[in-house]
Amino acid sequence: MARALITVPPNAKRGEVIEVRVLIQHPMETGYRPGSDGRILPRDLIRKFSCRYDDGKSNEIVFSAELYAAIAANPLISFHTVATGSGTLTFLWEGDNGFMQSEMAAIKVS
Amino acid sequence: MSPATQAMQKDDTQNPAMLWVKDGEALWSKPAANGKSCASCHNDAPKSMKGIAATYPAFDTQSRRPIHLSERINLCRKNKQDASPLPPEHQDLLSMESYVALQSRGMSIAPHRDKRMSEFFTRGEKHYKQRIGQLDLSCAQCHDDNPGKRLAGTPIPQAHPTGYPIYRLEWQGMGSLQRRIRNCMSGVRAEPFAFNSTEMAELETYLASRAAGMAMDAPAVRP
Repeated sequence: MARALITVPPNAKRGEVIEVRVLIQHPMETGYRPGSDGRILPRDLIRKFSCRYDDGKSNEIVFSAELYAAIAANPLISFHTVATGSGTLTFLWEGDNGFMQSEMAAIKVS
Repeated sequence: MSPATQAMQKDDTQNPAMLWVKDGEALWSKPAANGKSCASCHNDAPKSMKGIAATYPAFDTQSRRPIHLSERINLCRKNKQDASPLPPEHQDLLSMESYVALQSRGMSIAPHRDKRMSEFFTRGEKHYKQRIGQLDLSCAQCHDDNPGKRLAGTPIPQAHPTGYPIYRLEWQGMGSLQRRIRNCMSGVRAEPFAFNSTEMAELETYLASRAAGMAMDAPAVRP
């Protein structure tokens, strides 16, 4: 499993805009580069990222992105959302070769 | 280094090298086949490894030459863990190295002032000033004579290895000082020193002395 670094403020005030940062280990191989033997390296990309926020009342996707070949390896994604209630943020990365990884982070809203 | 790269390095939530640090942290307490992990001898890395990386390369009494931190890790693997040494630039090795290097962050680089090291230092300085390759350039001609100017868009640094192992944006991954030196050597179209060779150890010893007193910023991000 790839390693991921999730940065979510552990505590927030209701209605506050919070910044979420996620960094994941992934080669993001474009499918255009030749390897050391001269052959094209097969494409291996993360294609989709999404973040679901379960605040106890609603459980919806607050951010999603589609990733392409021009995104660097070990992509860092940073976005903002409104802290609506205590709960969990679930992050999901999906990619080529059946790559799928899910991580969770808790947030406490007062 | 551009302000953007510096910001990336300073913020642990952005620094991709922290992914390797996390791997290294996990490996630290992962037992080998004989049941021994790094932690079984060295306990808590933040305490026991504090300042260690800042003293390397250090003299190894067995091979009678200075060795790099990654070689020391491999020696431990061989002698204490009965495990096979990892090949140079192995991801696990880089992870271990960056985890150990992180414990010295902000501390002054203090290479071993060992009498036995002086001959290696002298030869390292010679390598540094020796013109090599089809381009007939020495390290000194860029890093002593033209630092701060640009080579292919990137600033030329003064050859202070303060942040290794580094996450290099060009590599899109982690790499050691040896890999970086080999990069420069093939850049001037010379035959690079082999990984973990004596010549490499000599050059690294000299470079560490150049950086003596500077703050460690490993694991660093470089363009």
